[in-house]
Amino acid sequence: MTGTTLRHAAWILRGNPLTAIAAAGVVLLILIAVFGPQIVPYDPIASNVSQALMPPSAAHLAGTDQLGRDTFSRLIVATRLDLVIAVSAVGISFVLGAVIGAFCGYSGGRLDRTVGRFVDVMMAFPLFVLAMAMVAALGNRVENIVIATAVINLPFYIRFARAEVNIRRNVGWVEAARASGESHISVVLRFLLPNVLPAMAVQMSLNLGWAILNAAGLSFIGLGVKPPTPEWGIMVAEGARFISTGRWWLVAFPGLALMLAVLCFNLLGDGMRDILDPRMRT
Amino acid sequence: MKSFGATMIWAGRRFLSSMPALFGVLVFTFLLMRVLPGDPAVFFASGPNAGKEEIAVIRKQMGLDKPVPTQLLLYLYDVGRGNLGRSIMTGQPVTTDLRDRLPASLELTFTALLIALVSAIPLGVVAALKSGSVIDHGVRLFCALGVCVPTFVSGLLLIYVFYYLLGVAPDPTGRLDVFTSLPPPRTGFLMIDFALAGDIDGWWAAFRQLILPAVTMALFVIAPLARITRASMLVSLGSDFVRTARSVGLSWWRIVVTYALRNAVLPVITIAGIVFSTMLGANVLVEKVYSWPGVASYALDALLSSDYAPVQGFVLLMASVFVAVNLLVDILYGIADPRASMG
Repeated sequence: MTGTTLRHAAWILRGNPLTAIAAAGVVLLILIAVFGPQIVPYDPIASNVSQALMPPSAAHLAGTDQLGRDTFSRLIVATRLDLVIAVSAVGISFVLGAVIGAFCGYSGGRLDRTVGRFVDVMMAFPLFVLAMAMVAALGNRVENIVIATAVINLPFYIRFARAEVNIRRNVGWVEAARASGESHISVVLRFLLPNVLPAMAVQMSLNLGWAILNAAGLSFIGLGVKPPTPEWGIMVAEGARFISTGRWWLVAFPGLALMLAVLCFNLLGDGMRDILDPRMRT
Repeated sequence: MKSFGATMIWAGRRFLSSMPALFGVLVFTFLLMRVLPGDPAVFFASGPNAGKEEIAVIRKQMGLDKPVPTQLLLYLYDVGRGNLGRSIMTGQPVTTDLRDRLPASLELTFTALLIALVSAIPLGVVAALKSGSVIDHGVRLFCALGVCVPTFVSGLLLIYVFYYLLGVAPDPTGRLDVFTSLPPPRTGFLMIDFALAGDIDGWWAAFRQLILPAVTMALFVIAPLARITRASMLVSLGSDFVRTARSVGLSWWRIVVTYALRNAVLPVITIAGIVFSTMLGANVLVEKVYSWPGVASYALDALLSSDYAPVQGFVLLMASVFVAVNLLVDILYGIADPRASMG
């Protein structure tokens, strides 16, 4: 099965170079996140006031900020924190959402209705505002940005897993598993969940881009990440003070980093959907 | 029009059925602010080094020494009377502050929604009509990029281009420059108030301040709107009734606008509701970038200085606006598609 899927994936990638580029971009991002701090030309938090607010040059590829710190080095080092926040937030909501949604979809009844109501209430909030309020309530720390982003993602995963499991709860192989003496919990965890995971993985990739934007937005408004920690959102916030005097590089480069990261995850998600969607298989 | 009464009854029933969600929002907001770690009494105390006695007194004043269910009832009673507490920052009741600032936010959000709809629907329609052409690919590229650029980045870059480089935009702070005096307040919407007062220079000044933030917010939501318009327009153009309309020789304009677009607009209405929710969130970012004196920047300032009543009031207000907008979307949907209100 894996062999065929891989060959199919390769076939799709050949026909769809954009997905291949996006996949390469994601791999590059991960490499930068892992090795970034080792390869940067300057210390990302060492200030050098004599070099403050220099435009991009050969020595400073993306210019320097008000303390003379090298923007390019800060961008590279920031990759890890931005990715860790987004990936852990989406990971948490993926796992929790899949399990809760799967049990709701399988059992129906009271559990399903209670969780459904809860999800409805959460969806009645503008999500960014809800995330803001949660960080405010939980305390202004990076972990809480992760929790807030995870919680506002949760309803989508619960709904998705619930719907996917619900349409499968009475199909033949589920009946067969039950008839052969599997407990309900085992039917959900060992039979139903593995079948909805691929579709949810696509959802996850599409979601990562959104999570990155969300987390960066929160740190832009001053929540979570504290200076001088390099992070894309807070770098834009610090650069914002200098935009009306024409120091564009302090905003443009972190903005570009955010845009490219989100674009890669979105395109990869679209591509994965094409690979996993049975209608695309020939 | 004979179904108008039926639509209203249906809308009324929809309104009632959105009550549980609104109640849930109230309880949720309460829990978020009171039960999670972080003691509001400490926030309200004079500072980080307030004494234990002082905190205890404040706790008693705020009713925080009572059991949680009693606190919830007190809170619901207060909200019912329109009392959302007092802001430490401004010293005013939160309700007053929110009422003063809400028009600024609404003027910005509605202008942005208008800009987004007016540009996204034609873009989507043209992309669907010329499917596969350069224009289509251009629109799709724009949509793919549009959702990737954070609002705060596009806002700052617009300031750079239009204020710093071109010099056509005014100083990007607030709703009016310092030389223009406020119009007599009637609606709170500056553009409408200036128009009512017949002050053309003032209207122009307000318009110039508004346009950049509104475009910033619109840019972010044009992409989903254009994408859904294109997709549903493609379905609609390929349908039997459009083929029939073509075969009987109706004019091109009539086919596209009356037949295809009217049927394609339903999914767009649904997405517009979701988009509005995104915009309420984006308001926070845009208002910060442009120092716009709306409710979101008020809540943000409060949040950063641990003044918690305004934040709670703001979250409640946004959720209520959102519930109201969803209701409006449902009603519009019912009017646009009579089948929906029958079920």
